[in-house]
Amino acid sequence: MSRLSPENEALAREIVSRYPRPKSAVIPLCHLVQEEHGHLTDEGMRHVAELVGVTPAQVQGTATFYEMFKMHETGRYVLGICTNISCMVMGGADLLARAEERLGIRSGSTTPDGRVTLEDTECLAACTDAPMCQVNHRYFGHLSAEDFDELLDDIASGAIDEVVPPHGTLALVRQHIPADRQAIIAPPETQVAPPRWFARRETELAPASDEGEHR
Amino acid sequence: MSYRDHITTFGAGADVPMVVSSRFAEPAGHTLDGYRSTGSYRGYQALERVLTMAPSAVATAVRDATLLGRGGAGFPAGAKWGLMPGDVWPRYIVVNGDESEPGTYKDRLLMERDPHQLIEGSLIAAYAVGAAQVFLYVRGEMAHAQERIAAALNEAYAAGLVGRNIAGSDFSVDIVMAWGAGAYIVGEETALIESLEGERGMPRLKPPYFPAAKGLYMAPTIVNNVETLSNLPWLITHGTEAYRAVGTETSPGTRLIALSGHVNRPGIYEVAQGTTTFRDLFFGEDFGQGIRAGHELKMFIPGGGSAPWFYPEQLDMPLEGKVVGGAGSMLGSGAVVAMDETTDAVAACLRLVRFFARESCGKCTPCREGTTWLERILRRIIDGYGRPEDLGLLASVGDNISPGPYPNAAWEAEGLEAVPFPPRQTTICPLGPSAVAPITSALRRFRPEFEAYIAAAENNRPRLTVTADPPPADRVDGASAAGGAHV
Repeated sequence: MSRLSPENEALAREIVSRYPRPKSAVIPLCHLVQEEHGHLTDEGMRHVAELVGVTPAQVQGTATFYEMFKMHETGRYVLGICTNISCMVMGGADLLARAEERLGIRSGSTTPDGRVTLEDTECLAACTDAPMCQVNHRYFGHLSAEDFDELLDDIASGAIDEVVPPHGTLALVRQHIPADRQAIIAPPETQVAPPRWFARRETELAPASDEGEHR
Repeated sequence: MSYRDHITTFGAGADVPMVVSSRFAEPAGHTLDGYRSTGSYRGYQALERVLTMAPSAVATAVRDATLLGRGGAGFPAGAKWGLMPGDVWPRYIVVNGDESEPGTYKDRLLMERDPHQLIEGSLIAAYAVGAAQVFLYVRGEMAHAQERIAAALNEAYAAGLVGRNIAGSDFSVDIVMAWGAGAYIVGEETALIESLEGERGMPRLKPPYFPAAKGLYMAPTIVNNVETLSNLPWLITHGTEAYRAVGTETSPGTRLIALSGHVNRPGIYEVAQGTTTFRDLFFGEDFGQGIRAGHELKMFIPGGGSAPWFYPEQLDMPLEGKVVGGAGSMLGSGAVVAMDETTDAVAACLRLVRFFARESCGKCTPCREGTTWLERILRRIIDGYGRPEDLGLLASVGDNISPGPYPNAAWEAEGLEAVPFPPRQTTICPLGPSAVAPITSALRRFRPEFEAYIAAAENNRPRLTVTADPPPADRVDGASAAGGAHV
């Protein structure tokens, strides 16, 4: 089964509860599916649809817009090399060519053993560290040819597992809101009055308006 | 793993108070303890001060400080807050951490290295406008930033600084982290809202022009950039006057500039708005320390991939949005990319155009089709199949996306008046016109480079050999060598 595990389903319900409307949780929930299965499975998208109360087609409609969601199996490592302007002028294309040569594949494909998917990516916001790449969305910057070869060695041997989780895993720390600390999360249609603290503070703390008094 | 030892360079101008970057070098700056004990102010004291003020008084203080938005458009945050209709509830705050503009790299650092500063800034904004909830949207690819934000939020909730009864008061608001999945266009505020509603990230049709009127769930929503909100704790702690004392009258405060490309010391630098010049930035000891040895500056991008290019004659221009805008470009997201004479202007142009073609959401035809065609034409020029009429074609396709004269700093030298940024557009959002910026920048200044590619292509024309005549014996080109079918 490529649905969410019971633990992840519980986590998914917690995420859904943090939004005023359940559909807002579609993207985080799709990430959970990808974290568990490495890519966005059809069954997983159906599960997300059940959890947020929309059709599977609506989940797929949203998910296919976004670059990070993979509809097919990817390698254990997704190696994304930036070739946008800052990295281009600092040698990003050389890194890409080197990766293609060593992995024996072209950008956009996966090695036959299913270990590495190679991508040339758009700007990843590490421009001052150009040329750079991400492995499963972990940053590696200021890469010389030697550095990059060493990085490829560590991907080949699996030594990079020390610093990089499998593809699909994003933050290793998750937000949790303790029940007794949560303020109010409710659908917008139930919150048509200003927050009570706001109304009270605006009247009690506002400095006396001179204009109003003298008129 | 020696490749892991490299770290990002950051710094500030000599006389510049570090408004937002004071904890970048602090190893524990991202923790609650670090936030309270290090940096240019003590963490969460601004929040306590704000709680003694009426919400409208906080909004007034921010408006009077003229805190210009740091995301790209430079719209004053206080004025943006003021656009909310008075009697419509609920209101939401959305923090835009979907930083993706090529060359831009500041919000990620702010989220990774000083997440509590952003949380406190978000709380101040939520207090000022009476928000029902805050959503902190972090770019999908930034796993580490998501971790730091989540950890900081967990700490802040546990310490009673976010959620119910903040700091023991009746002020209550939740901050929820959301995260994206890879789409540049989601940086546009209405697209961000769509994404936050679980939809495809396409910009909404205007009007309404501002989500302040109708935003998230069609309720009044303020979308502020990460750096903009990160200014608030310092601003409230030190006061409006101290804030206005930095920078210039019309552009007070500091800016984080990401300097990348062919400089000796690329890095993230906090500079005073309007006083530091591009020359200071490229050559100053505190900043770039010069163009790499043996080379000279050919062109530079003053404000992210969407900004029309500048050239050495603009080096003495100050880093101020108004001035740069008046010269036909923009300071945008504070991304400055230096390119020396080894840079192929046509290739740089193609790379940027390809970015916009890839990232076009497809909603507006001129952008969806136009950016794709611009990329194809540039690609064939570089691949050696360019045609002489291609240069006119590039301009014509560009004109369909962004009609009329396109702002370009080089025009002044040609006796044309610079048109202030932004340009006119046939699209809902500025992504399409952004693809035209590198085209006009490169074509006007480096036309001979395009022409050289096209001249070389004359010998490289693919020939379909459908006639009885065999190709000339002295020609070995791609078509005949590949064994085209000779009848």
